[in-house]
Amino acid sequence: MIYAVFAPLLFAVLIPFLSRWKDRVHTGWLILPVPLAIFIYFLQFVGPNFEPQSMSVDWIPSLNISLSFYLDGLSLLFSLLISGIGMLVVLYSIYYLNHKEQLGHFYTYLYIFMSAMLGVVLSDNVYVLYTFWEMTSISSFLLIGYWHYRERSRYGALKSMLITVFGGFSLLGGLILLNIVTGTTSIREMVAQSEVILDSPYFPLILVFLLLGAFTKSAQFPFHIWLPDAMEAPTPVSAYLHSATMVKAGIYLIARFSPIFAGEPNFFVVVSLFGIVTLAWASYMAVRQTDLKGILAYSTISQLGMIMAMLGFGTDVALFAAVFHILNHATFKGSLFMIAGIVDHETGTRDIRKLGGLFTLMPISGTLAIFGTFSMAGVPLPFLNGFYSKEMFFEATLLNQAAGPFGQFLVAAIPVLAVVGSIFTFVYSMYLFFGTFRGKYREEELPQKPHEAPKMMLLPPFLLVLGVILIGLIPEVFNQSLITHAADAVFGEEINKSIYFWHGLVPAFYMSLAVVVLGVALYLTKHKWEGVYSILPGKLSFNRIYDWLVEKIESTSNRITTSYMTGSLRLYMVLLLTAIFVITSGVLVQTGGINLEVTDVAPITVTEVIVALFIAFAAIATIFTHNRIAVILTVGVVGYGLSILFVLYRAPDLALTQLIVETVTVALFMLCFYHLPNLSKTKAPLFQKGINVAISVGFGLLMMVVGISAYNSRAFDPISDFFIENSYPLGGGDNMVNVILVDFRGIDTLFEVAVLFGAALAVYAMIKLRRNKGAK
Amino acid sequence: MEIIMTVLASILFATGIYNLLQKQLLRIVIGTVLVSHGAHLFLLTMSQLKRGAPPLVVDGVTQYTDPLPQALILTAIVISFGVTSFLLVLAYRTYTLNKTDNMEELRGSEHE
Repeated sequence: MIYAVFAPLLFAVLIPFLSRWKDRVHTGWLILPVPLAIFIYFLQFVGPNFEPQSMSVDWIPSLNISLSFYLDGLSLLFSLLISGIGMLVVLYSIYYLNHKEQLGHFYTYLYIFMSAMLGVVLSDNVYVLYTFWEMTSISSFLLIGYWHYRERSRYGALKSMLITVFGGFSLLGGLILLNIVTGTTSIREMVAQSEVILDSPYFPLILVFLLLGAFTKSAQFPFHIWLPDAMEAPTPVSAYLHSATMVKAGIYLIARFSPIFAGEPNFFVVVSLFGIVTLAWASYMAVRQTDLKGILAYSTISQLGMIMAMLGFGTDVALFAAVFHILNHATFKGSLFMIAGIVDHETGTRDIRKLGGLFTLMPISGTLAIFGTFSMAGVPLPFLNGFYSKEMFFEATLLNQAAGPFGQFLVAAIPVLAVVGSIFTFVYSMYLFFGTFRGKYREEELPQKPHEAPKMMLLPPFLLVLGVILIGLIPEVFNQSLITHAADAVFGEEINKSIYFWHGLVPAFYMSLAVVVLGVALYLTKHKWEGVYSILPGKLSFNRIYDWLVEKIESTSNRITTSYMTGSLRLYMVLLLTAIFVITSGVLVQTGGINLEVTDVAPITVTEVIVALFIAFAAIATIFTHNRIAVILTVGVVGYGLSILFVLYRAPDLALTQLIVETVTVALFMLCFYHLPNLSKTKAPLFQKGINVAISVGFGLLMMVVGISAYNSRAFDPISDFFIENSYPLGGGDNMVNVILVDFRGIDTLFEVAVLFGAALAVYAMIKLRRNKGAK
Repeated sequence: MEIIMTVLASILFATGIYNLLQKQLLRIVIGTVLVSHGAHLFLLTMSQLKRGAPPLVVDGVTQYTDPLPQALILTAIVISFGVTSFLLVLAYRTYTLNKTDNMEELRGSEHE
């Protein structure tokens, strides 16, 4: 099983080498066997006596993450869809993509996607599931942006990336919470602990996170907006990712976790509501589209909504119908996309307003389209699978469970919305077929002269349509060997359902009848009521909200950044100092660290006070002096005053050093000042001056409070007694300060010398090196 | 006495920071000088002042002033001297290259 998952990925590595011969052999042929082999591998499990398989390989054992795969009915159904349709899509793309395209890129992305998708549906470990989940997002991004020189492609790719990765991220949150609550990373063990999850306080969060992940991936209302824009991808990609596989990943996720949530009223309300609204809204919007792929995109959204709603209902018939419809939708929608691609390929346009009357020119495509569209519409014919699942859907919508007033309302509203959605489904299906293949043939509007596609290009849609008919004719065979097992896996218990064509005169039959009658009526009068779209949605569009959000986030963050990143050093200093001031004083106040009652102080003497006054006076004078020499000299006064203080405080070495350093510094200043301009009085605004004063005074006060408080809280005695006692015996010197500098703490001194050396070198370099402006 | 010294150090800090917030390069260098003076004084004050003889071993004296802060300050003085001289030359070079010492005009070229 692990080989099946990773085989496409391994081949993805080889594809760039294989694509070197693309002029002679289309790369698609060389790699076509891969999905075929996987499909055959999974096909061997199909049968009435299916037993789940599992396997596991260690990946990160210490984090309890292993590549564990589990194949039950649901995974099997999805694996077959992924590998089977994947194979057909590769075959189709061989004829769709010219060998002048960058085939290596295309197939590499496609095979990464195939691996990722197989990984999603087979993983039993939630983190492995998430890894593959994001791989699908990324490969889908690459595939949508395949024609990267087109602006629309890039826009669509970015949009789908933003939305699905947003969802993927919240999914990760949900999975982590599940892991915390249950203490396991295995999905099967989580399902077994369903009670624990439902009782945990995190349950609402888990639900929201998981649903966000699933709704964004499966394009549910209102996150559906990325899917129509993803139609900028090449048609094989649309057929594969955006109808059959990736968009069903969210469905798969809900189905996989639904045994945990079964019977939970919130789950029912949210999933059913979003599903049914998606169904109704998207089918309503689909009628409005003029692009073939646009119609199909909205149709996909609406069908996904239908499946999602059924997963929300959670009854056995609903889950069975959901699984059944997953299979049906993949077959007919895949074929329809391929036919849309053929039409595009042969006529040069996908605009349905320019198309028409193609049936005589493209009879095979037209015939295949009949089956696809009629199956999608749910036309009651015994050889169309869409009808069966739609009938079951109607049966499932007639719920009688209800919790709370909103639940009651929902139970009443669901059948109505379902019928409305299905009517519009009928309308756009008819529009899709009759608008393209019947009606007036307008040759002058078509960029190319249309003719039938090559036979091999028609083979993949033909095979899919064959699937539609086979499922329609012999549903019980598929039911017993595949669908039942999948439905069991979703429901958690065995479901014994059979698929009949004729249900008798049950309510679902009348609902189908209503759909067909009203659908035909609405389709025939379409041009009369089309004006309704200018009222609803009119200007209301989720795309606008998305664009507005993206634009707003960008401009707002830009504004915030430029508001403080002005390049002004002064502003940065103000911000830094304010932050230090606020945090320090806040901590002081919070912890009650202020202590201004001083007890143990040295006596005050007049000499020191006079020196201190001099220094303070000189320091303050630096601010008000605007003469260069005067400022430098006043700074000198501060330095010399400090050295006098050092003398008074019995620090001879300090006094000496300070004296020398101050002298040299003043001399340096004097040397430099000649080359610097005079300190003219700056005309700073009063407000700015006020801030400067406030900050400096505040900071001074803060340092004072910190100093005095620190002075008063001595936690333990200083360690200096050791230096005092051992200066002579150990260091062999009388001068304790010097012994500390070169003996006890010699490394400090070493690097201090290094600093001085570095400064000297830098000064030299700065004066000597003149690369920028030439030598002076 | 320690309180007066703390106040003095705070005044040095305040005036230093006020100078740092100015526009002229020379003032900023002076601001750093004042702040480092304040820091040195602060260090010395925090280890209690005048608690004994200067830290030179003399027979018969048992009470000495704390030698460790003095060693630290000595290191700090030398380092701040190195930094100051570097800053000064930097200011000089900046002025000769850009013909201005106004920090508001000395913004990165990426500024919009």
